[in-house]
Amino acid sequence: MSRILIRGGRILDPQAARDERADLLLDDGRVAAIGASLPADDAQILDATGCWVAPGFVDLHAHLREPGQEYKEDIGTGGRAAVAGGFTAVACMANTHPVNDDPATTDYIIDRARHDSPARVYPVAAATRGLQGEVMTEMVALVRAGAVAFSDDGKTIMDSGVMRRVLEYSKLVGVPVITHAEDRTLVGNGVLNEGPVSTRLGLPGNPAIAEVVHVARDLALAEFTGAHLHVAHVSTRQAVELIRRARERGVSVTAEVAPHHLTLTDEAASGYDTNTKVAPPLRSADDRDACRAGLADGTLDAIATDHAPHAQHEKELDFTEAPPGMIGFETAAAVTLELVRDDLLSPLEWVRRLSTNPARILARPGGSLAVGAVADVTVLDPERAWRYDPSKGYSKSRNSPWIGAELVGRVVATIVGGRLVYDVERGVLV
Amino acid sequence: MIGRDLLGIEDLERADIERILDTAEHMVEIGEREVKKVPTLRGRTIVNLFFEASTRTRASFEIAGKRLSADVVNFSPSSSSMKKAESILDTARTLDAMEPDAVVVRHAVAGVPKRIADVLGAPVINAGDGAHEHPTQALLDCFTVRREKGRIDGLTVAIVGDILHSRVARSDIYAFSKLGAEVRVAAPPPMIPLGIEALGVKSYTSLREALDGADVVMALRIQSERLTGAYFPSTREYSATFGIDRAKLRFAKDDAIVMHPGPVNRGVELSHDLADHRPSVILDQVRNGVALRMAVLYLFAGRPGGARRARVNVSAGELAS
Repeated sequence: MSRILIRGGRILDPQAARDERADLLLDDGRVAAIGASLPADDAQILDATGCWVAPGFVDLHAHLREPGQEYKEDIGTGGRAAVAGGFTAVACMANTHPVNDDPATTDYIIDRARHDSPARVYPVAAATRGLQGEVMTEMVALVRAGAVAFSDDGKTIMDSGVMRRVLEYSKLVGVPVITHAEDRTLVGNGVLNEGPVSTRLGLPGNPAIAEVVHVARDLALAEFTGAHLHVAHVSTRQAVELIRRARERGVSVTAEVAPHHLTLTDEAASGYDTNTKVAPPLRSADDRDACRAGLADGTLDAIATDHAPHAQHEKELDFTEAPPGMIGFETAAAVTLELVRDDLLSPLEWVRRLSTNPARILARPGGSLAVGAVADVTVLDPERAWRYDPSKGYSKSRNSPWIGAELVGRVVATIVGGRLVYDVERGVLV
Repeated sequence: MIGRDLLGIEDLERADIERILDTAEHMVEIGEREVKKVPTLRGRTIVNLFFEASTRTRASFEIAGKRLSADVVNFSPSSSSMKKAESILDTARTLDAMEPDAVVVRHAVAGVPKRIADVLGAPVINAGDGAHEHPTQALLDCFTVRREKGRIDGLTVAIVGDILHSRVARSDIYAFSKLGAEVRVAAPPPMIPLGIEALGVKSYTSLREALDGADVVMALRIQSERLTGAYFPSTREYSATFGIDRAKLRFAKDDAIVMHPGPVNRGVELSHDLADHRPSVILDQVRNGVALRMAVLYLFAGRPGGARRARVNVSAGELAS
């Protein structure tokens, strides 16, 4: 394994509370040394002057679409898009075809990832067979095969009795149960946050209360069972407050928020651009501000992309028929840096939410630059301005609300296991 | 100044609306001639692109186009071989290749006319999209009120019924408000959409209060799929509380008129008697609709030198994947 010396960058290691200018030496897939003016010797030198050097970003929530929907994305293209966005590891949801609800599918995903993806891939297995919300999956076997969490994601488990058993049983394997908290009876046919914007646009509303009711239920079940509940893509003020209070009571709950819920509002749908359709929907400015505050105060542990590729012909359907979701790997860092510029997060705390916390939630290596830690590293230039063009990106799909946006802050190098896999000038190198 | 497309009343200025209404006054006279046809749009092709079934609105546009000598082609993807999951933009590009001079679009989902206008060379006229807008209906409503009352400024217009799902309500709210009327909405609470006040109206759950002092009472159609008990318990209870009959009409001004975008569920939104007789002006609305749509087609499809704009070129790369 070659040696890499990252020279002159600002080291941001939340685990060690380290924020200082230093060199970082990677050797044999591990962090070998950290300090001022390390000797280069035979190491490949990466000049990080003016850049931040962080433990690799870990995405708790993505859709890689393989097996079954390779026309939208596959593990190879998704993995390349991930490292181009600074993510050295991504957790992929189970809504593939077939559903990842048995060890063979989990095996397949891990095998494909080993061959095709420069990023580490952590499969999230279905919590119930076929995502039907009825019979729980073989969690012990799935965890042995490599599943890191359980979730029916967008197919929310509506049966409270099933959710109770899923949470109880998950204690056997000690991995989180991830909830996409939307009460489907309240969502109805809603496609956009219910409020003045949906009223003006004449689109069926999906009310904030659909999330709030479901988060309240799942928190009560988590408290009752003592299992680890992870709330996916929190989007409402009241959900943030419910999670904050539950955590104060000692409930084992973690939570994530998506870049789009931190930076956009339902006003973005004004032109009926189906790339702004996502579940849960973009919310009001008040909800967005509450999510930002919740991320800043630690109620929300992590930023997770919910990278959800869809083909252009699918997004060209009308707003109610078009599938919800947006790609996010390659824009997540840039758009969430807005929170650093707005002084809601220090650079160190921002990195904690993109790297250290998600790695901890999944109990995977990473999130640290301590000597001996796995050499997953993201180098980012926080000042670099660029114009986002998904046709020049690595995802197979282009369904982004930021097409053409001028962004500030760009990942310039990504290292996975001590190997340079992405460089902004040369692109993905594998 | 009137833009290229007529997608909604929200985008119009008061002067634009008045110009359309004034133009419609001239069109009324054509409809009264023995030969109801002028050569104004000869050689122009107007496509009625109706994804959602409609008899009345489509016929109104078709007659309006034909009275102006346009070639009117009806294109109904919902009833043709096209499947539901076809990209609306593919449909638009296909249609655009045939180079129409104007396209009249109706769709059950809000925003489709706007997205079609984004890729189409021809001007797009919205003939109703989901619960968003139905601009020509609102314009003909204003036209009818102006002919009845001589003005719109200072009038009070009460819109009663399924505001939540109504594109007519939204367009009427914009149109009457922009022309200086006070607009109120009244409905059972589940049918009043969140944030409707942001459109500049006051909402009521008491019909009596909503109608107090009203010059115009606009009853909205309850779509059959809403009659199932999800938004109110029964048609009997609805008609007892929000159905307009002569007794309830007494809450309004003595000379109030009653309107309805049609078709009427008799005995639900309106009593039989009111559906057929004054002060309801429902057939005047239909009659005026033709003149108003002639005015719209003239203004949007009849521009000198043709109404088409430069084709929007979509590169092969963008079409891939």
